[in-house]
Amino acid sequence: MSELPSTPLPAPFPAAGNITDADREELRRHGILMTSLEELYNWGRSNSIWPLQFGLACCAIEMIAAATARFDIARFGAEIFRPSPRQADLMIVSGTVTKKMAPQVVRLWNQMPEPKYCIAMGACAISGGPFKQGYNVLKGVDRFIPVDIYIPGCPPRPEALLHGLMELQKQIKREHLTGADAARHTRPEVPSEFPIPAYGAHDLEPTMNPAVWKPAPPLPRSGKA
Amino acid sequence: MESLEQIRDRLLARFPGATVTLVTNPGVAAEHSLLLDAAHGAELALFLRDDPALQLDYCSNATGVDWPDKEITDVKKTTVPDPAGGAPKVVEEKTKHVEPGCLEAVYHLYSMALRHGPVVIRLRTANRSDQVKLPSLTPVWRSCDFQEREIYDLYGIVFEGHRDLRRLLMWEEFKDHPMRKDYVDPDDYEWEPTPHAAVLERAKAHYPVPPAATPPEAPKP
Amino acid sequence: MSVSDLSSFTPSSGPTVRAVKDPFHGDLLEVSMGPQHPSTHGVFRMVVTLDGEVVVKLKPVFGYLHRNHEKIAENTTYLGSMPYTDRLDYLCSMTTNWAYALAVEKLAGQAVPDRAQYLRVILAEMTRLVNHSCLVGFLFNDLGTSFTPLLYAFREREKILDLFEALSGSRMMCNFQRFGGCRVDPTPEWLAAASRLVDNYPRFLDEYETMLTANEIMLARTQGIGILDAKLAVNAGITGPCLRASGYNYDLRKVDGYGFYPRFDFKVPLGAHGDTYDRYMMRILEMRESVKILQQAFRDLPGGPVMDPKAKIRGFRPKAGEAYGRIESPKGELGFYLISDGTPNPYRYRVRPPSLINLTLLEEMCLGHTIADSVVILGSVDIVLGEVDR
Ligand code: SF4
Repeated sequence: MSELPSTPLPAPFPAAGNITDADREELRRHGILMTSLEELYNWGRSNSIWPLQFGLACCAIEMIAAATARFDIARFGAEIFRPSPRQADLMIVSGTVTKKMAPQVVRLWNQMPEPKYCIAMGACAISGGPFKQGYNVLKGVDRFIPVDIYIPGCPPRPEALLHGLMELQKQIKREHLTGADAARHTRPEVPSEFPIPAYGAHDLEPTMNPAVWKPAPPLPRSGKA
Repeated sequence: MESLEQIRDRLLARFPGATVTLVTNPGVAAEHSLLLDAAHGAELALFLRDDPALQLDYCSNATGVDWPDKEITDVKKTTVPDPAGGAPKVVEEKTKHVEPGCLEAVYHLYSMALRHGPVVIRLRTANRSDQVKLPSLTPVWRSCDFQEREIYDLYGIVFEGHRDLRRLLMWEEFKDHPMRKDYVDPDDYEWEPTPHAAVLERAKAHYPVPPAATPPEAPKP
Repeated sequence: MSVSDLSSFTPSSGPTVRAVKDPFHGDLLEVSMGPQHPSTHGVFRMVVTLDGEVVVKLKPVFGYLHRNHEKIAENTTYLGSMPYTDRLDYLCSMTTNWAYALAVEKLAGQAVPDRAQYLRVILAEMTRLVNHSCLVGFLFNDLGTSFTPLLYAFREREKILDLFEALSGSRMMCNFQRFGGCRVDPTPEWLAAASRLVDNYPRFLDEYETMLTANEIMLARTQGIGILDAKLAVNAGITGPCLRASGYNYDLRKVDGYGFYPRFDFKVPLGAHGDTYDRYMMRILEMRESVKILQQAFRDLPGGPVMDPKAKIRGFRPKAGEAYGRIESPKGELGFYLISDGTPNPYRYRVRPPSLINLTLLEEMCLGHTIADSVVILGSVDIVLGEVDR
């Protein structure tokens, strides 16, 4: 390898990430909008999240309520509920996922194109909730699909759903398109489809997807037991 | 409406071969019921529906009840005369026998035409394992259609003469009858303290006791 | 099929297959609608066999929301099941609460004070308003008017839910009734606000009806569609507005006279044709009657406690025995069948779900209509999946 002339490289063009918010604010005061492709892309995506029109149980009613005039999810660009998973970006798992329904939920998730996000709305979708002791109730949808936002409540109020949606928007805005911490959907090696459980003789088979879900470590208990 | 005794007597007079027993309800509601024998169940039900004085044209509720086998200890006391000539001794002999349980289908009948009711009828299977057949009352009351399928699904009573007896709520491949009292559901709990002691016990058995639970050794003096 | 066919009593064998392969019509098409389908009101699924666009066979499939309510209730105390009853019919938690409380009160011989009885009537009728207006909104959704009527319905619903929240602390899951009364006494302000809302409700109904009732598309799509024969409906255990739309007068508020309903002056609206349009009108007319009941209830509401002071909350153990209690919920006859063995938990706990049993004749109603009509027929039956599958 020959010796390179030691001319100084031109200073790199300041990428959007290198400008501080204060700089950008300063520029904006002068009428200059600075942005990056990444930022523009995320801004656009986060303000047009189309949820899948898919209600499971009681929480779905609150999801509908969030879409109506009083709460008006349209303010966040998420009012277009798509009945087809092929057109949806967001799956709001609103309600109890039963074992009989779980394969369908996973299938719907698989049918959604990337980038896709999942909100587990309500105690049932998070962990089985009040029906956790039921023999036909899945103890949390995150046993089979990755969940981005958990909204506790039984049912969560529509405001809580809106809050969850805003948190998701923040998450999307933080995503990167390149680099080591690039978003899930930009990396082909990260799976976007998950195995669909089968109906077994006594339970689902398998009962969970170990690639997605690990049992929580047992909480330390006092020495009395 | 006639009393249940009158209905029973009329049924017995009309169907001499059948057995109809009055099951009393000791509770406050005092809704007594008629236990029909399974062999004649469908005919008796049809009579109840079409009898002009009763006209029980509406079967509101059909449900199963599981009565598991009960182990009963009988104590038999026998007086044995003392061979030595003393006072006779009382010897207690304990035997256990299993009272066979049954599966029961309960129907609540009303008359929409005459606006009376309820008349509660029950049908019982011979046992809980292999003789679990009962006549279906769906041909008499269509409203039993889904409910009998549900009973079949959750309790495992096989209704003969049902037009489409499949599982209603669980999936087809499912093997168990989960509403039975002895059903053990698949163990896939996360550890979580709940007020339900049984759940807590099972969770403890499911997960090993975490190391933090063992008390630290007392420092040696 | 009519009742006379049924009384001949020949147990038919195997599933009834109506799909006949017709050489002139080519192949039949089997469509599985649901469990994720925008018009099946949740996770209901029906397997529809189509000849062209016409339904020749329809099999409902249940269980996608089977949450084991009954099993859980048998493993918890009587009171412990009260919050679960909220989640049965999640649009009408106040009436499901009442049905359960009524059954337990019957089982335990528990008296209910007058004020609580009135309050129950008030809350139940307000629930009926919520349910019926939402149902009409959903029905129009199924007819294709995407969302607009639903927006009107939910606007009114929110007003009533605000009142429920002020009273019970929760919008949907009120958990309000107790064995022997109600949980809290409403304040005079609450009563005044509720009474004002009820007085304004007919205005909303007029507005709604102006938009919808005489709508040409609505008439074309619903009249003569999904006719339900009254005799067959009785045999199939159809209850509630669906039965009354067929012209059969059976309303438990009149028949059983539970609660204090005999003290109120109201009519039971009846349909004449039993088609989808009648089922829709039944809801509107029932709401108008509910408003009348509510106005009488606010006028006559007596003072006194809302809870029987002798009622036992903790350590509640009814005597061994059984009871079946039923009420006229907005969907039909909602019953609870309880067997007590003297322990704190019920031995058998059974919900008689009107939504499930009202679907018994769905196939008969849909046969011969197009698949788009079957969606509307399903919408007019008014089901809630939490109650269908429990
Ligand atoms: S979290 Fe509560 S409200 Fe939501 S589906 Fe579960 S039971 Fe219903």
